[in-house]
Amino acid sequence: MTQLPALTDKKLGLVIDLDTCVGCHACVVSCKGWNTENYGAPLSDQDAYGADPSGTFLNRVHSYEITPKDAPAQVVHFPKSCLHCEDAPCVTVCPTGASYKRVEDGIVLVNEDACIGCGLCAWACPYGAREMDQEEKVMKKCTLCVDRIYNENLPEEDRQPACVRTCPAGARHFGDFNDPASNVSTLVAERGGMDLMAEQGTKPVNKYLPPRPKTDAQPEPEIDILAPLLAPIASDSKGFLGWLDRTLDKLPGA
Amino acid sequence: MAQPVLETSPPVSDEVRKTTCYMCACRCGINVHLKKDADGNNRVAYIEGNRDHPVNKGVLCAKGSAGIMQVTAPSRLKAPLKRVGERGEGKFEEISWDEALDLATEWLAPLRDKAPEKLAFFTGRDQSQSFTSLFAQAYGTPNYAAHGGFCSVNMAAAGIYTMGGAFWEFGQPDWDRTKLFMLFGVAEDHDSNPIKMGLGKLKERGAKVIGVNPIRSGYNAIADEWVGITPGTDGLLILSLVHLLMSAGKIDFDYLANYTNAACLVNSDPDSPDYGLILKDDEGRALVMDRAEKRPRCFDKPDVQPDLTAVWENNGITHKPVFHLMLDRYLDKKYAPEAIADQVGISATRIRAIAAEIARVAFDEAIELDQPWTDFRGNKHDKMIGRPVAFHAMRGISAHSNGFQTCRSLHMLQIILGAVETPGGFRFKPPYPKPATAHPKPHSKVTPGAPLDGPHLGYPQGPGDLALDADGNPIRIDKAFSWENPLSAHGMMHMVIANAHAGDPYKIDTLFMYMANMAWNSSMNTAGTIKMLTDKDENGDYVIPRFIYSDAYSSETVAYADLILPDTTYLERHDCISLLDRPICEADAVADAIRWPVIEPDRNVRGFQSVLCELGARLNLPGFVDGEGNQKYADYADYITNHIRRPGIGPLAGFRNADGTGGGRGEANPDQLDAYIENGGFWMEHVPEEASYYKPWNKGYQEWAVAKGFFDAEQPYLFQLYVEPLRRMQAAAEGVGEIQPPEHLRARLREAMDPLPIWTEPFGEQVSHEDYPLHALTQRPMAMYHSWGSQNAWLRQIHGRNPMYVPTKVWEANGFAEGDWAKVSSPHGSITVPVAHMAALNSETIWTWNAIGKRKGAWALDKDAPEATKGFLLNHLISDLLPPKEDGMRYSNSDPVTGQAAWFDLRVRVEKVSAPTEAQPSFPVLPDLGVGQ
Repeated sequence: MTQLPALTDKKLGLVIDLDTCVGCHACVVSCKGWNTENYGAPLSDQDAYGADPSGTFLNRVHSYEITPKDAPAQVVHFPKSCLHCEDAPCVTVCPTGASYKRVEDGIVLVNEDACIGCGLCAWACPYGAREMDQEEKVMKKCTLCVDRIYNENLPEEDRQPACVRTCPAGARHFGDFNDPASNVSTLVAERGGMDLMAEQGTKPVNKYLPPRPKTDAQPEPEIDILAPLLAPIASDSKGFLGWLDRTLDKLPGA
Repeated sequence: MAQPVLETSPPVSDEVRKTTCYMCACRCGINVHLKKDADGNNRVAYIEGNRDHPVNKGVLCAKGSAGIMQVTAPSRLKAPLKRVGERGEGKFEEISWDEALDLATEWLAPLRDKAPEKLAFFTGRDQSQSFTSLFAQAYGTPNYAAHGGFCSVNMAAAGIYTMGGAFWEFGQPDWDRTKLFMLFGVAEDHDSNPIKMGLGKLKERGAKVIGVNPIRSGYNAIADEWVGITPGTDGLLILSLVHLLMSAGKIDFDYLANYTNAACLVNSDPDSPDYGLILKDDEGRALVMDRAEKRPRCFDKPDVQPDLTAVWENNGITHKPVFHLMLDRYLDKKYAPEAIADQVGISATRIRAIAAEIARVAFDEAIELDQPWTDFRGNKHDKMIGRPVAFHAMRGISAHSNGFQTCRSLHMLQIILGAVETPGGFRFKPPYPKPATAHPKPHSKVTPGAPLDGPHLGYPQGPGDLALDADGNPIRIDKAFSWENPLSAHGMMHMVIANAHAGDPYKIDTLFMYMANMAWNSSMNTAGTIKMLTDKDENGDYVIPRFIYSDAYSSETVAYADLILPDTTYLERHDCISLLDRPICEADAVADAIRWPVIEPDRNVRGFQSVLCELGARLNLPGFVDGEGNQKYADYADYITNHIRRPGIGPLAGFRNADGTGGGRGEANPDQLDAYIENGGFWMEHVPEEASYYKPWNKGYQEWAVAKGFFDAEQPYLFQLYVEPLRRMQAAAEGVGEIQPPEHLRARLREAMDPLPIWTEPFGEQVSHEDYPLHALTQRPMAMYHSWGSQNAWLRQIHGRNPMYVPTKVWEANGFAEGDWAKVSSPHGSITVPVAHMAALNSETIWTWNAIGKRKGAWALDKDAPEATKGFLLNHLISDLLPPKEDGMRYSNSDPVTGQAAWFDLRVRVEKVSAPTEAQPSFPVLPDLGVGQ
């Protein structure tokens, strides 16, 4: 059993905007690229050109259909990675202390030197956010790019997770949830940021912004309200041209 | 337990080199991080977006980040190959570059002296067309084009003829100002990062997004409103919106009168030889009625007040403004929502609501910018007025046989709102706008042993510009610019193999292709195309005698070629993303870019363009040899630096002149490529503020454009709601003039070449709806571009198979369950494939991802790879020819105006079948090339 810190100085994490995510997988591959070269063991691939290719990813995008009763079906793209929970069951279950939550910023990490690859943490995580690397037999997970966000070898503007830096639609935001004025705190307040599976009691740090209500989910508009915008001028070209001439003649300078 | 001590500032890489991505056609700027391996060689460690780059501003898509795996892909070719077995057997021997170029020269040199048209050179998804076309022109064959004919030529041509540009490379929505954005059809492939960035901006501002697409995936998933339209009816929906907006007077009369040809006068006397043509002065300039002086005056006179209503009678001939013709057509009740609702699959109430929303935003939420500007007539304006409604569309509405007129309809809708080149609407990107008249016309005059008489591709203005011989037969092998498809501005690559095989209009000797997977996903009728490539004549010779192909990977097509010229990856080569070609500018900036070898190839491959520099010299082609007959350009980098297209204009516009200060115009600079590298791989200059909008008519923009070298004289013009070149073709079909279409095409030309946008039923609808009750489409996954990335170890884990998605109604009617398979049949063929349920789908439409399916053995994938056993192509259901007409004629499955391949006209039926061992049709395994890969 490993202890969680009672409090962390910062509470770093992501806000993921489900109203904006188009499901392009840019974050998935950028993450794969960065983390193959950086923190800990590379993210390996098995049978990469074969019949059953698979590999380690720290972030994956799932797509779900929602079928409201009286409205057209919808599709939601749902990127998922470690949520860096305050009450992280993956940490407390770890028999060697390899899984831990950092005191300074709340990032949940795996110390690969201490990881014995038992996989208990992956079982404990209700989100399926951890993946055992099949080559190295160590547990891999999102590090929130701990080797980017403080990295003085990177320009300051690049000190953010690779997935956030690359997201073309700007659906991913990184910041400190302990700071009520931060970009992430503001977004959560304004847009009703939500916990994923709050009932699990894990207190995830990452938050999801729900899709805005679709206008096609509302009943078809009453024609009367719109009628003035589309009131026909005339039923034929002749009537229309007469109207246009009269209108233009009324304009100043005509 | 204490926390481990972490190094939070580890070194990132040894070096960052900035170049241009080529994982799709978007062409983002990338930072390539390199690390030295044990031998001191540079290895690509990480790729990220370049923050300074005008296209992507730092972001990068899944494909771009996965580019690293293209370099290490086992499917990469290793050396030039010569076929030693039969075509398709995959038996090759590795040869040297000298041997390869000797062989190519041995084939091509005698051909040039005798019959250069017997070389068909088609360059696929080429981004160096201004160079490859120069080669083809110097060689003298009329048979050259890239892949636009099977891609989105309808969008491009409709845009150029109507307003001097279309979407993507030509222009973009005003993402920062638009308040209502309407997206038609699949758009996830072209301009991919800018659209995602734009959607993000709209979402941030809370602007409304309406998605019109039978399938609610990708961008449509985040649209506020989804319009699940019936495929092929977008044009009808658009014309219904036009009907409602015009009927209510919710159109911009001032804009129409001043900046479009709505006030131009059309000869309306059916007995006149000029019937349907626009009244012009002696110098050929269009005339409009002046509202003050009540007489026709030239459209560009400083004080002219173009009148949309007045009619001009002259010598007994009535001339009506184009606007009259528009009213006559679009006020017609046949475009009323009630009349079309069933056909488009959208309720009349919804259609009215969309029109009302457009009207409200365009006119009640109009934008005014305090930016003075001067128009081309010399009138000064204090403000820029915007109608903040923007649109975007690409292949979805293009790839139908009614696509040209549908794209025209969309451009017309934008124009009547006054939402083109105004704040909040659609904005051109330099060097566009550029009207059709400022583009070349097609050239096709062949002289053995000499260059062609001019550029191959262009924009015909009338029957005299068609590529026809003295007997009226097509001169080009693809029959582009013939009466079958007169405005085929991008050629018709999808017809080359079929026509060459049929010897219609003639036999060829050598097929020479680059980056085009014709033996698989780039052809309609894939199995038929493979057969054409392997077919032999009565003498036992191949019907298409020689096939030279250049590719970087062992694609399906490699196995069918006789000589393979192995290309490099995009990280190992020079390229220029040129203003002369397919630019990457932004609405606020002119820009171009380069690729350069950020790593060296570890094998015997060469950039295709550098190979052409040498082949051109061996063939002694003008422009490829110097005065002494020596090779003029050592390689493509040399060409990029030193080629002069017009005085002061070269492939790259930036850092010209010896001191590198020239932007746009200037002498060649020997250090130009170094200057680009220094600057991050691109060059950019901002459009002046006063030139930001109204570009076609803005004196400030026109002057700047001339200074930058986009054109040599100011060329303000009117948007062509009424397209006269179409009318000239239509008039010929009515019997006017000496150049006449064949009888069997007259009726179809009269309808198709309508000078005002129309909607006609797609040709594909002319099959029994009882036998084929459903539409079938493909969508483009954002994480995979055509077949390019399909061997990519990372991307294939995201898109390694492609089920056929089936709507609820069809799912239930067939009693489908998860894991089931279906036989999908069209009039052309059938496939047996896995199905999956999707509710967010038009109830009459099934679909799958494009080009995930692979042939077994290709791309160095295991023969049991899911791409080959469960993945499939829809191409097997699509014929290159339509079913025979009553007279036995079979027309190409293409748009009758441009020849664009009608991929999306497909109708099918679905039947549940027991699961086969693998997707059908199944092709024999392509053999391991043994050498090379």
